[in-house]
This record gives sequence, C-alpha cells and structure tokens, in this order.
Amino acid sequence: MKYAFFPGCSLDATAWDFGRSTRATCRALGIELVDIPDWVCCGSTPAHASSASLAVALPVLNLQKAEAMGLPVMTACASCYARLRTANQKVRNEAEERRRTERITGKPYDGQVEIHHVLDVLVNHFGVEQVRTRVTRPLEGLRVACYYGCLLTRPPEIVAFDNPEHPTCMDDLVTAMGAEPVAWPFATECCGASLSMTHSSVVGRLGHKLLSMARRAGADCIAVACPLCQMNLDLRQSDAIKAYGALPQTPVLYITQLLGLALGLSNKELGIGAQSISATSLLADRRPATAAATGGNP
Amino acid sequence: MADAIQWNGSELAMEVEQRSGTPVSACFQCHKCSTGCPIGPEMDFLPSQVMRLVHLGMENEVLGSRAIWLCASCEACTTRCPQSIDVAATMDALRIMAIDRQVTLPDSHGKQFNRSFLGSVRRHGRVFEMGMMTFYKLRTGDLFSDMDKVPQMLAKGKLPLLPNRSGSAGEVREVFRRAEEEEKRP
Repeated sequence: MKYAFFPGCSLDATAWDFGRSTRATCRALGIELVDIPDWVCCGSTPAHASSASLAVALPVLNLQKAEAMGLPVMTACASCYARLRTANQKVRNEAEERRRTERITGKPYDGQVEIHHVLDVLVNHFGVEQVRTRVTRPLEGLRVACYYGCLLTRPPEIVAFDNPEHPTCMDDLVTAMGAEPVAWPFATECCGASLSMTHSSVVGRLGHKLLSMARRAGADCIAVACPLCQMNLDLRQSDAIKAYGALPQTPVLYITQLLGLALGLSNKELGIGAQSISATSLLADRRPATAAATGGNP
Repeated sequence: MADAIQWNGSELAMEVEQRSGTPVSACFQCHKCSTGCPIGPEMDFLPSQVMRLVHLGMENEVLGSRAIWLCASCEACTTRCPQSIDVAATMDALRIMAIDRQVTLPDSHGKQFNRSFLGSVRRHGRVFEMGMMTFYKLRTGDLFSDMDKVPQMLAKGKLPLLPNRSGSAGEVREVFRRAEEEEKRP
C-alpha cells in the first residue's frame, strides 16, 4: 500500500504530533507514504469564504502533482481532506469549473486522482481486522470518546467514507486497539473550527459542551482526527473550564497516537507530550503491558 | 437535487444562486438548518432566516449580518437540508458579496483573518502561523487576546518561528494573480 501524502500546513506546526504519529503508525503497518513534492496550502476555509476560484485552484495544484506521481492521495487533516475532495468533485462534474481551474493553474486536470483520509485508509483499505492482529499493547480499560467533528463525514456527497450522522470508523479502530469507545451524542457536533481565531468565546462554549458530554458518557480522553478539533478542545480547554464551569481535565489525542501506542510505539515516536492537557499519566496508568503478565488485576 | 423554482421577486436571490451554485429559492423554511446549527445562539439571524432575507431581497440586512461571519462551515445544514440546498456554500457566497460591495461589517475579524491567512499562503505557498497571526492582530487591533497561549505553543513546538516555505511558492503567487483575473471576468 502506497500513497502520495499531503501533510498540509498544520501537520508541520500546530499539529506536528498528528503528522509524526500518522507517519509512525503508517510505517509500523507497512503503509508507505511519499510526500507530494513542494505541496502547497489547500486554502482551507479562508479560501472558500473569499474566492470560489482559488478554493478549487489551490487544492488542484497538489492533485496535479499527485497525478504525476501516479499514486492515490492520503491526507490526515480533516479540513485539507474536505477541501481536496470538494475541489476534485467540482473539476470532475462541472466543465466550466474545470476550464477555469486549468486556466488558473496553467495545467490540465480532470479530477481523476483518488483522495483518502488516514482513517479511511486504516479502516477500509488496511482493515480493522488487520489492525487488530497487529496490536501488541492493547489499551485495555481506556475509555475513549471518538470525536469526528464536521468535515470527516460532511457533506456525505463529497467525503463519503462513513455515515454522516452516526460514523463508526474511529470507534471500530478504538475497539480493535483493545480500548473501549463510549457512546456519546456529540460525535459529529462542530467545535467552532477557525472561529478559534476570530470569535474564541464561541469555541469556548462549544468546547465545554463537548468536553462535559464526553465526561458524562464516561470517557477518560477524546480521540480526534483533525488539527482544529484537537487545538480547540486541548489548548482552549482551560479557558473553557474557566468560563463555563469546572470539569476534570480531559486529554485530547489524535487517533493515530492511540493506535501507535497500541502498536507498541513510544510516546516520543508519537508526539505524546505535545498536548496542553497532559495525557502521559492517563496512558501510563492504563497501559497494561504488565497487567496481563501480573495476572490481569486491573 | 431539487430544481430551483423560477424566482422573479428578488435579484439578490438570483445572484446568490448564481454565485453559490445552489437553489437557495427552494428553501421552504423548515428551519432544520437552524435547529442543527452549533453557532445559532450567537447569531443575529439563524441560517433559515438568512435564507429568507435572501428570498426577500433584503441585501443590507443579510450582507451586514453577523451570522454570515459566524458560520463555521461545519456543513451540518448542508448535509441535512431536505431541499438539498448547500447552505454553507450560500454563506460563502454572501461573505464574498459583502466584501465585494464593501458593506459595513459588524466586526472585521472574519474578513481580516481570511486576508491574513491568504496573504501568508500567497507569500510562502503555505500558512506561516506566526506571521499570519501578527498581521491579523495588527489589522484588528486585537493585540493581546491569546497572548497567554504563545509561550505554551512555543514550548510544545507548535508555533515555528520560521515559515516552512513551499518550493512552489512562485507558482502559488501566479495562481493568486490569475484567480483574481478570473474573478473579474464578467
């Protein structure tokens, strides 16, 4: 299995731990990632909120590079994923959009490159059962609220690898790791995304709602697959608690970090320690490599 | 997808449909978008009310609204609309129109964030957070919010001090220039 990897801007900066854990986890599973050379920003929300033509042209610049590599694309950031898929669909389905994009980028592109999210690759290409057989350090006793957020599953005509209202891919993966996914109703509620920069009080309110529900559902931590979800729930967690009421501190980890742990990788290889709300003691408590050996007394 | 009904009552509705590529006029005010909107409590108009303002041609009200800048593009409305209207794309079209027409905005945060973000992409081919945030803060005059986050982010290596420039930055600059030309075409 080999993919052209589109890291996107966040994975080299605010979400470097997502980047590191995605690469390490894929390496451990034998999924080969080749970076798209000289990739450029997908434009994210500022592009689609400012210019319809730029919102397609920027992702397409990357897809043209991937096409030259002859590989399907994999990305980890939920926003990059949605922007690449949206642009691809527009070029494929709308002749005028394609002509305009080709004029802007100066190169032909017909929208034929495949684009996958790392979760899609892990669950549907590699396979949950295959993952299960590779787990060397089951995360027994760890209760995880799988938080999908917005753009992994919406809109379904564009992203389409899981149910938009009741997605299960992350829960299936967490189960395969030996941890326990909790049932909670806010798995696809929005965290406020880039309002984090412009209207941070909204993000505080939404974050508090998500964190308190995850706790009520019995979760010890939250698993995410999007840099903005992670930042809004982790970096802004203390502010949310200050503004909206006391809650136990809840670590927010990338799903690839949890998976990496279950595959036997080290904290360092996975960027565990990069969170504002530390996850190290929770994970050390629950890491039961020795539990089985000592007779499984929890 | 529902076909757009012929709508002669509002030039605004026709322009929004043309820009967003979605049949805004097919909205029959079921309010499903508003019910599921996470930002509803902070909005001055709920998404279904935004749609209605468009139908009624109330350009000043809708283009000057707080709601279009508070939309987080989470796509819950778009996913759930029984008329298959892309409500989130409608919000994008309204934001673009508000900037084009130099409408007085309730606050400039959204506009300046977009400008600072895209400016960074135009310069480096990728976003350079530190530079982008500096421009954004200077442009909004909101210098001190979130300053407490900076040392923490620096310590965790989440705020690089230098841009991670793309080798295709020159190509990106050309793309911005040509996209601007395209947007000016009739």
